[in-house]
Amino acid sequence: MWIYALHRLLYAIPIALGVSVICFALVYLAPGDPVQSLIPADATEEDIAAIKRLYGFDKPLVFQYFDWLGRALTGDLGTSLQTNRPVLEDVTRAFANTLAIALIAVTLAFAVAFTLGTLAAYNVGRPIDRIATSISTVGVSVPNYWMGIVLVIVFAVNLRWLPATGMGATGSENFDWLDWDSLKYAVLPVVTMAMIPLGVVTRSTRSAVADILSQDFVQVLRAKGLSNTRILVHAVKNALPQILAVMGLQLGYLIGGSILIETVFTWPGTGLLMSKAILTRDIPLLQGTILFLALTFVLINLIVDLLQTLVDPRMSRA
Amino acid sequence: MTAPLLDVRGLTVRFHSRRSSATAVDDVSFSLAAGEVLCIIGESGSGKSVTMRALMRLLPERRAEISGRIGLDGNDVLSLGDRALNALRGDTVSMVFQEPMTALDPVFTIGDQIAETVRRHRGASRAEAEARALELLKLVRIPSPERRLRAYPHELSGGLRQRAMIALALSCQPKLLLADEPTTALDATVQIQVLVLLKRLQAEIGMGIVFVTHDLGVAAQIADKVAVMYAGRIVEYGPARDVLLDPRHPYTIGMLSSTVRGQPRDRDIEAIPGSPPDLAALPPGCAFAPRCRFAVDACRAALPPVEEVGPGRSARCARLAAARPAAAAAAPA
Ligand SMILES: Nc1ncnc2c1ncn2[C@@H]1O[C@H](COP(=O)(O)OP(=O)(O)OP(=O)(O)O)[C@@H](O)[C@H]1O
Ligand SMILES: [Mg+2]
Repeated sequence: MWIYALHRLLYAIPIALGVSVICFALVYLAPGDPVQSLIPADATEEDIAAIKRLYGFDKPLVFQYFDWLGRALTGDLGTSLQTNRPVLEDVTRAFANTLAIALIAVTLAFAVAFTLGTLAAYNVGRPIDRIATSISTVGVSVPNYWMGIVLVIVFAVNLRWLPATGMGATGSENFDWLDWDSLKYAVLPVVTMAMIPLGVVTRSTRSAVADILSQDFVQVLRAKGLSNTRILVHAVKNALPQILAVMGLQLGYLIGGSILIETVFTWPGTGLLMSKAILTRDIPLLQGTILFLALTFVLINLIVDLLQTLVDPRMSRA
Repeated sequence: MTAPLLDVRGLTVRFHSRRSSATAVDDVSFSLAAGEVLCIIGESGSGKSVTMRALMRLLPERRAEISGRIGLDGNDVLSLGDRALNALRGDTVSMVFQEPMTALDPVFTIGDQIAETVRRHRGASRAEAEARALELLKLVRIPSPERRLRAYPHELSGGLRQRAMIALALSCQPKLLLADEPTTALDATVQIQVLVLLKRLQAEIGMGIVFVTHDLGVAAQIADKVAVMYAGRIVEYGPARDVLLDPRHPYTIGMLSSTVRGQPRDRDIEAIPGSPPDLAALPPGCAFAPRCRFAVDACRAALPPVEEVGPGRSARCARLAAARPAAAAAAPA
């Protein structure tokens, strides 16, 4: 097990490096000159050159990459062009906000989806299965920014039950997850975020559990005189590795793809940070955020892989 | 004579699907005393496995319609409630399945799977159940049983898995063991080992066994009684010795005469010309008639009744008299 874990960890290193190259290159492939947004319209050629030198934009790309990578490895992701604060600081603060709603969303989605999917698998073709299937189809196919807007219109504008945007008057510094006055700001973003994993996990749980229930060994379990609940324990333990993998991917997607939802709700997470960085051509901030998110994705995959081998005895050898 | 351990009367199983329904088992009757071995013989698709599953009511409830009567150790199996049925399964009656590679749960250890049954029926503690599991692995002669207790199914060979499966089936000392071709999926040498093991255990524990097989050699070795199935019906039934040495039904006769000594045993049944009928479209008369060289119009017109052909023997054939001399001529010396 530990050898396998080490193996996987070593495996993750080249992936992370590849990710860093892509992050770095992406920004340079995008149109627009980052320096343009920094300088006043009447700046002279010398001023522009000086600024470029200051930020290192004058060196060859390869050097820029290694410079950037070297600093990134020591935790220095540069300073934001717009705010002059260290990028790492901005990113970690935003990341905490994104991670919080993504984790809550995935946990909620998982709890509901797993129950729904299992019930559907036990009752294939019955009403409960149809309901579960419709819910998962809606979850998977409705665009979540649109869902977000609809929820805002219903619950914030019409019903006035929940705030529409932001993290409250006190901002993200004093946000208290245990206090409803703060928490209510997170409700709509979390619900919106939960829709897609809800759909995906319901669907995959249903198919995984149904598949397992049709396997030969379930007949043997019934022949042993086990109750339905006990058989369910077997089915769930068998389906778990597969569902864990789906869950991990979904968490990764939520964290990496929070840009639309966070923009709709002006939730100050990495998504919103990224959209700001893009709009202001804040290259160090953009690179830093993307790198951070991509590495998080790699890490989540690693964790899911290891968890899977813990649950499924057949995988520890492979 | 006391009431038999297992008494099956007129067992019929119909599978319903949206488009059609098929009768996989039709009016099957047999009985078994405690400690007896009944072999069900028949070619692939003749309804052997369905019969076995029906005995434990393991068929999908929504699609399979079971009728008739199954008396098991004083219980009327078909009218039992779910709880009572679950109490019976794995305790009074248990089953060894045809395919050892897929019959065990891949994410639980062998020990856990056996212990689970013991705890379910005996209310044993975790430690007691585990001790019992170890004892069972020793009973079925699994080498280094302590280690195998903690092994997962994929870490065992087919033969060992089938032994583990047998250990599982024996865990609560059932009065009746249903063994559905327990050796078919195994190598020839392993087959014999498992067979010898079952026979020894049967003698030691004194349980009744219904043993399904394709293999007449196996039947000859272990059976007290034999039931020959064709297209869901028992065509011949009786004491093993009588049926195997003096077959009466043309199907049994054909099957036996095509088993020439020294030939691989699993090739025997195919030697009858033609192929088994489609269960969804059975002819009105005898299902074997299209392949039977003694068949006359009467065979095709109506299903022949079950006829007594000797003490405790019966056959379902309208041409018994015509088939008899042929059997005598074809019987191997
Ligand atoms: N769950 C089911 N639904 C519908 N039909 C079934 C089902 N199970 C079995 N059958 C049908 O019942 C018939 C008898 O099958 P069964 O498995 O009893 O054959 P068998 O005698 O055990 O054959 P084999 O020697 O190959 O194991 C087959 O035609 C099969 O298609
Ligand atoms: Mg079978």
